[in-house]
Amino acid sequence: MATAGSKNFDEMLNADGSVRPAYEEFRQWFDGQDTTWLRRQDAEAERFFRRIGITFNVYGDDAGEERLIPFDMIPRIITAREWRKLTRGIEQRVRAINAFLQDLYHRQEIIRSGRLPIEALRNNEAFLSQMIGFTPPGGVYTHIVGIDLVRTGPDDFMVLEDNARTPSGVSYMLENRETMMAMFPELFTKVPVRPVSDYPRRLARSLRACAPAAYKGGKRPVVAVLTPGIYNSAYFEHAFLADQMGAELVEGSDLRVMDGRVCMRTTTGYKAIDVIYRRVDDDYLDPLTFNPNSVLGVAGIFDVYRSGGVTIANAPGTGIADDKAIYSYMPEIVEFYTGEKPILQNVPTWRCSEADSLGYVLDNLADLVVKEVHGSGGYGMLIGPTSSKKEIAEFEQKLRAKPGNYIAQPTLSLSTVPIFTKEGLAPRHVDLRPFVLVSPDGIDITPGGLTRVALKKGSLVVNSSQGGGTKDSWVLDE
Amino acid sequence: MLGRGANGVYWMSRYLERAENTARLIDVGFHLALTRGSRQSQDEEWKSVLTTTGQLEAYCETHSEFTGPQVFNFLLREKDNPGSVLAMVENARTNARVVRTSLTNAVWETTNEGWMNLRELLARPVRETSLGEVLREIRRTGTLVRGALEGTMLRNEVFNFSRIGTFIERADNTARILDVKYYVLLPSAAWVGSSLDNVQWDTLLRSVAGNRAYSWLNAGSMDPRGIAKFLILDGQFPRSLVFCFDKIRSNMAGLAKEYGVEVPAHELLRDAGARLHQTSIEEIFETGLHEFLQDFIGKTIEISSAIAADYRFSE
Repeated sequence: MATAGSKNFDEMLNADGSVRPAYEEFRQWFDGQDTTWLRRQDAEAERFFRRIGITFNVYGDDAGEERLIPFDMIPRIITAREWRKLTRGIEQRVRAINAFLQDLYHRQEIIRSGRLPIEALRNNEAFLSQMIGFTPPGGVYTHIVGIDLVRTGPDDFMVLEDNARTPSGVSYMLENRETMMAMFPELFTKVPVRPVSDYPRRLARSLRACAPAAYKGGKRPVVAVLTPGIYNSAYFEHAFLADQMGAELVEGSDLRVMDGRVCMRTTTGYKAIDVIYRRVDDDYLDPLTFNPNSVLGVAGIFDVYRSGGVTIANAPGTGIADDKAIYSYMPEIVEFYTGEKPILQNVPTWRCSEADSLGYVLDNLADLVVKEVHGSGGYGMLIGPTSSKKEIAEFEQKLRAKPGNYIAQPTLSLSTVPIFTKEGLAPRHVDLRPFVLVSPDGIDITPGGLTRVALKKGSLVVNSSQGGGTKDSWVLDE
Repeated sequence: MLGRGANGVYWMSRYLERAENTARLIDVGFHLALTRGSRQSQDEEWKSVLTTTGQLEAYCETHSEFTGPQVFNFLLREKDNPGSVLAMVENARTNARVVRTSLTNAVWETTNEGWMNLRELLARPVRETSLGEVLREIRRTGTLVRGALEGTMLRNEVFNFSRIGTFIERADNTARILDVKYYVLLPSAAWVGSSLDNVQWDTLLRSVAGNRAYSWLNAGSMDPRGIAKFLILDGQFPRSLVFCFDKIRSNMAGLAKEYGVEVPAHELLRDAGARLHQTSIEEIFETGLHEFLQDFIGKTIEISSAIAADYRFSE
C-alpha cells in the first residue's frame, strides 16, 4: 500500500487536472466568485461560530478556555451513486454490530463457533458483565453510531473505526451546513444537496421508539440528554441536541432514583424520565455499579435500567463492539451475523498480541501506524513515516513491554479534498463520519456526515484536538 | 423546567443586572471624583463606591490607596476579584450556557457577544480616557439582553425566573445605594441648601439612573424627602423599591398560575409588598431611614432564599 505523500486519490480532480463529476457544478460556481469576497466570507464564518458559541474545550488547557474547530468552506462532495453503496455497507455493519452485542451478552455463539477467540473478551474493560443476560428495550444496543470511513480510491471506502459508544460531532455536521447556507445561499439553488437538518427530529423519534417497559403510553415518552456539564469538551453539542429535540438537558445532580424510575428535579418536584440519551461514559453512569467516585451519573440507575424503568442510549457495554482489539475481527463478525460478505472493507490490521504479527510490526515500524487498543482522539499512537528515529525507538520499548495493548495498520494513502487557503485551493487529507440511528423501526442514515480534514499539508491526523478542521459534507441528490 | 435551570436563568439575570449597576456606580464615582477638589474627598467617594458594592474589605486586602484608576480597575477587571464586572458577565454567560436550551438564540447570542466584547475591552487595564466606552458597553450589554428577553422569550416560567432575578438584584441595589448615602437625606440644619447637598442628591439619583426622571416629576426642584420617596415609593420609576417588588410579585404570580400552586415564598412576598405599599415616607423617616433600609435588605434576602428553596434551585 502506498504511503502518505505519494499519489493520493484527489476527490475533486482527475489525474489530468480535469474536474470529477461530483464537483463540476460546485467548481463552476467557485470559479465565478470574486476571491476577495470569498476571503471575507471565510473570516466571517469564524465570527459566526464564536457568536453562536460552537466551541469545544481542550482538556489540560486553561480552565474554561474555549476553542473553535476550524471550519473550511470548500464542501466535501459525494455522488448519489457513491452514497448508495456506502449506506448499504454502513447498514450491514451496524446491523452486525447490534447482533454481535446481543450475542456477546447472551449465548456467545460467535465464541462457541470459534470465529472470535475468548481472549478478545477476557480482561477487556469494555465488556460489562452487568449486561449479561439483559436485553435493552426494543433490542437496540447502539441507538447512535458514527462510523469513521476513509477513502483510498474511486470505489474504495474503508472503515477506520466503529464508534458505538457516544459518538460526537453531529452538531458540527448540522452547523456546518447552516453556515454554508448562510454564507452562500445561491450555491444551494445551483447544486442539489440532500438536506441534513432533520437529524434532531429523527434522533428524537428514534429514541422515543425505544421507550422502556415502564412507559405506559399516552403522552410522548420523556427524553433527556445527560451531559457531564459545561466543562465537557462536547457540551455545546449536548445543549444543541437537547434544544433541537425539545428534550431536557440534565446533569447527574438533577437526577435521582425514586419508586423504580429515574427522575429529574424540576421546579415543581421530581418527574420521571423514560429515555436518557447519555453523553457520559459507562464508567461514570452509576457510582453504585461502576466507578464509585463518579459524580456525573445517578446512584441506582443501573438497577432501574435492568428492571425496565428507563432506556439508556447507547446501552452500557456497547464499547466492546468498537474496541480496537475487536475491530480486526469485524469482517468475520459481519459475515457471521449477516451471512453476507462485508460491503465495506476493514483496514488490514495486525494484532500485536499475536507473536507473528508482533514480529512483522517490529520489523516495519517506520512504515506503520500503531495504535493503542483503548486509546482515542489520536493520542498515544505512532505514525511511522512521519516520526523521527528516536520517537520510533521509544515507541518500540512500549510496544515490546505490552504488545497486547497495540494494533498496527499500514499507512493508508488517504484521499484528499481541497481546502481554501491564502494561495487558493490546496488538497488535504480527510475522513468521514456518517451518523446512523438505530431503532426497532429500522436503521436511518443521515446523508453526509462529518468530514474532518487535516489542515496541515501532508498531515494524516484529522482529530480536532490535534489541529484538524471540519467541512460541510454534501451528498448529491439523484 | 429543571430546578437547576431556574437557578441558571435567575442568576444569569442577577449577574447582568449587578454588572450594570456596578458600571453606573463607577460612572458616578468617577464623575464626582472629578468635581471634588481635595484628594481626601476623592478618596472618600471611591471608598463609598466600594462600600456600596460590598467590596471595600476585599479591596483593602490588596490595595492601600484609593486612586480612581486603581479602584475602577479593581471593580471592572481585576483577576483576583470574583466580584469584578468581568467576572459577573462571565458568570452570567456561564449560567446562560447552563440553561442554553431554555433561551432563545437572540438571548443567548446577545449574552455571549456581550461577554466577548467586554472580555476584549477589559483585557488590558482601563485608563480614564477609555473608561466611558467600557461603561457604555457594560450598560449596552444589559440593555440588549433585556431587550432580547422582552422581544423573543415566551411569557412562561423561564421568563418569570429571569425577571425575578433582575428585580431582586435591582431592589437590593437601590436599597444599598440609599443605605450607604442615607445620611445625605437626613435633615441637618447646617447642610440644608448647601451646594454640597445638591451634588450629593444629584449623585444619588444618577447612580440609579433616576436624575432625569426625578426632575421630570418635580420640575427640577430637589429636596431630600422627595428624593427618598421617589427612590422608595414611586410606582412609576423602574428602580424604586416599590416598583421592583411589584414586578417580583407579578412574576411570582405568573409562576403560581402556570404551576397551579403557591409556595411559601408567595406569602412572604405578599406581606412584604403590602407593608411597602402601606407605608408613607413620613413613617419611614420616623422609624429611621437606615433602619427601614436594613430591614428591607434583610427581607429581600429572605425572599430570594425562599424562592430558591421552594422552586428547588439546588438539592
